[in-house]
Amino acid sequence: MKAPPLPLLLTWAALLALLAMTLGLAYVPMPGPMNVVLALGISVAKALLVLALFMKLFRAPTLTRAAAAAGLFWLAILFALSATDYLTRKVEHVGDLPAPTGSEHQPGNR
Amino acid sequence: MTTATVTGKSDEPVVATKNYLTEEGVTLRSWLLTKDHKRIAILYTLSITFFFFVGGLAATLIRLNLVTPAGIFTPDIYNRLFTLHGIVMVWFFLIPSIPNTMGNFLIPLMIGAKDLAFPRLNLLSWYLYVGAGFLALFAILIGGVDTGWTFYTPFSSLYSNGYVVLALAAVFAVGFSSILTGLNFIVTTHRMRAPGMTWYRLPVFVWSNYATSVIMVLATPVLAITLMLVAVERLLRVGIFDPALGGDPLLFQHLFWFYSHPAVYIMILPGFGVISEIVPCFARKPLFGYKFVVWSSITIAIVGFFVWAHHMFVAGISLYAGLVFSLLSYVIAVPSAIKVFNWTATLHKGWISFDAPMLYALGFIGLFTIGGLTGLFVANLAFDVHVTDTYFVVAHFHYIMVGGMVSAYFGGLHYWWPKVTGRLYPEWWARIAALLIFFGFNLTFFPQFILGYLGMERRYYSYPPEFQVWNIFSSAGASVLAIGYALPFFYLGWSLFRGKRAGSNPWAATGLEWQTSSPPPAHNFDKTPTVTRPPYQYRPEPEPQDV
Amino acid sequence: MSDAPVIPRPEPQYATAEQQAETASFGMWVFLATEVLFFGGMLLAYTWLRATYPDGVAEAGRHTKIVIGSVNTLVLLTSSFTMAWAVHAAEHGRRKALTRLLAVTAFLGLLFLGLKGYEYHKEWTEHLVPGLNFHEDSVHAQTIELFYFLYFLLTGIHGIHVTIGIGLIAVMAVRARRGAFNSHYYTPVEVTGLYWHFVDIVWIFLYPLIYLVGRSGP
Repeated sequence: MKAPPLPLLLTWAALLALLAMTLGLAYVPMPGPMNVVLALGISVAKALLVLALFMKLFRAPTLTRAAAAAGLFWLAILFALSATDYLTRKVEHVGDLPAPTGSEHQPGNR
Repeated sequence: MTTATVTGKSDEPVVATKNYLTEEGVTLRSWLLTKDHKRIAILYTLSITFFFFVGGLAATLIRLNLVTPAGIFTPDIYNRLFTLHGIVMVWFFLIPSIPNTMGNFLIPLMIGAKDLAFPRLNLLSWYLYVGAGFLALFAILIGGVDTGWTFYTPFSSLYSNGYVVLALAAVFAVGFSSILTGLNFIVTTHRMRAPGMTWYRLPVFVWSNYATSVIMVLATPVLAITLMLVAVERLLRVGIFDPALGGDPLLFQHLFWFYSHPAVYIMILPGFGVISEIVPCFARKPLFGYKFVVWSSITIAIVGFFVWAHHMFVAGISLYAGLVFSLLSYVIAVPSAIKVFNWTATLHKGWISFDAPMLYALGFIGLFTIGGLTGLFVANLAFDVHVTDTYFVVAHFHYIMVGGMVSAYFGGLHYWWPKVTGRLYPEWWARIAALLIFFGFNLTFFPQFILGYLGMERRYYSYPPEFQVWNIFSSAGASVLAIGYALPFFYLGWSLFRGKRAGSNPWAATGLEWQTSSPPPAHNFDKTPTVTRPPYQYRPEPEPQDV
Repeated sequence: MSDAPVIPRPEPQYATAEQQAETASFGMWVFLATEVLFFGGMLLAYTWLRATYPDGVAEAGRHTKIVIGSVNTLVLLTSSFTMAWAVHAAEHGRRKALTRLLAVTAFLGLLFLGLKGYEYHKEWTEHLVPGLNFHEDSVHAQTIELFYFLYFLLTGIHGIHVTIGIGLIAVMAVRARRGAFNSHYYTPVEVTGLYWHFVDIVWIFLYPLIYLVGRSGP
């Protein structure tokens, strides 16, 4: 069996390096949401590598790229417009009732 | 494998000797295993007609119950009736109605293709529909569901005592049927057009179905996964939609309406397509502002995704979100209005003939306009607080779905009947039915605007006695409507055997589908057509873009 | 069906084999767009959970099996690589290499499923399966249960996709061995590859969302 083509081999190596990086960084305490942002940023990088080189998206016809973009665009609609509610919704504190913390109900063994 | 070359094309008004109805054999097996888009369209037509009558029966019983303020059925039976009506009409009639019947039949013909891109997928889509239909019927027969078609949590996941999981499974499955159809249409429109059939030469019907398909493919999966979450929550008592378990019921509503509002456009966009075919033909004029009509469809398909939370104004979303969604909901009125203006401008100075398809189309334009304008009322935050969950909303969406989409469905059915069957329907009866439907519809649903404005809540089996007079109007209208819907069943059935032979183009219409024989041969065209002109060339000498 | 390395005739609705090939590939991309939204609904639910109960989700994340999860990521990334390599071999008409690489890809898929199954088994013994045997004493018990509810749904549905992918790849391997493909005709391999890469991309996002949550915490 002939050796794999170099671009594919390099992509694979880059994917594994990114995997090691994201795993390591996850254990480093960072301020605020930095851990998530970095982890998802690395995931985006990995996904782009797979899309571009394994799935050959960058060499694909415009139509194919449009189909790929459509899925992501509509996903963005779902998240962005839901956010208009979730980011601005206030949970009112009525009387002594605390905001839900998830601790009120002990599910027990079911 | 089967490249049977069809020979002997004849333009005489006799039935083509070789047509899709007989060419592949007439056995049941040849129909159930067919890959011909035209045969699959027939299979779909038969199935959705069945479900139309099931849903219609439930509607009849609902209107019967509401004749008296105290109601006739028990509250529990009433709940099951309106749920049955909603689920069947939305998912088993309206969503597949025009795309899966006329879309399936006509898109390949209109673009000059031999079939859809993926014929096996098309057949699979029908089988999914039928399987889902059986599941739904089974759920209905063993006791039904009382959640309403919206399956709101935590009622559906915790309290309801109906067969919710079965119904959810049925809707899940029918969703995949619609995804497969949408995928097929998108790919077909992009890849299977005949030489010379550029995008701006496509009939608006194809554009509308393309826009519909985009919604089907991108919204339906969200519904599928949401319903699955509800089913698991109901079965295992663990889930993210139940506040008692730490979940958020509004999350369900967001996910549900992310599909179900765009689904409203799945239900109406194909209707726009049908009307855009009928109006130019019976006004003998090119469609006014073709590109505007086309791009308003695409705009609706996209902007339709930006407005879903206007169903949730009083559900507890933030005021800011309410404002955003209210404003966005106004935006979507613009492309819808553009279409109405364009159809009316097409009529202007046209040579209008009032054949049955045109009567339906004119009815559509009027009723859709009322439905659309009242949509602006309920998009308004303050007014919506007053009419949420009242009959005002019920009347509003029935003007769109029934006054609009069902009129378009019947209009299209009459318009293309000669092409599909090779026979003409009896014109006089068809006009009578069209008029009955128009007047019956208005008598049924206009009183509901008044009832809703006065404060009558939807989904209750009883109501205060002062509302009775309007309810009696409404129920009386429903009887007229029922006769209107039953009539075509008889005279169209009659025409199958006794109707006059249609010939290939009884309306003298443009469009590739009229250039092949009626009924068309299995492979649609003896020779792949080459297109050289834009659509709707209804004048011998098209004048330069005037007016 | 076919015995010599010939290009099968296109199906009757297509004018040319090229049209058929490009249509199949485009069809798969449209299907993948559908899939994005299918997973998207669950991801929105996940995002809501994590934003609403950050501490509970962090604690739940520390219950996940980081070693198995990371090894599985390695396995799936590698399988994507061998799949891409297989398509390359098909492009150049190297039948033997194609068959072997497809077999390796399918094997890696099976390995992924095996490890996943072992992980599920461990979670069962640790009483982490919501609705069936969940038991947790933490103050965040409810959130942990919700997290695991989404975990099982996301990984379960992903697992179904992996299973379908393995099936498709196995069929391709058998067909490749029989010589069904050549440098002019290998669309089915290419389309299967697209699907497999997509399944890999889903996992690329699931990995940090499931396994790397709360690792930097106490």
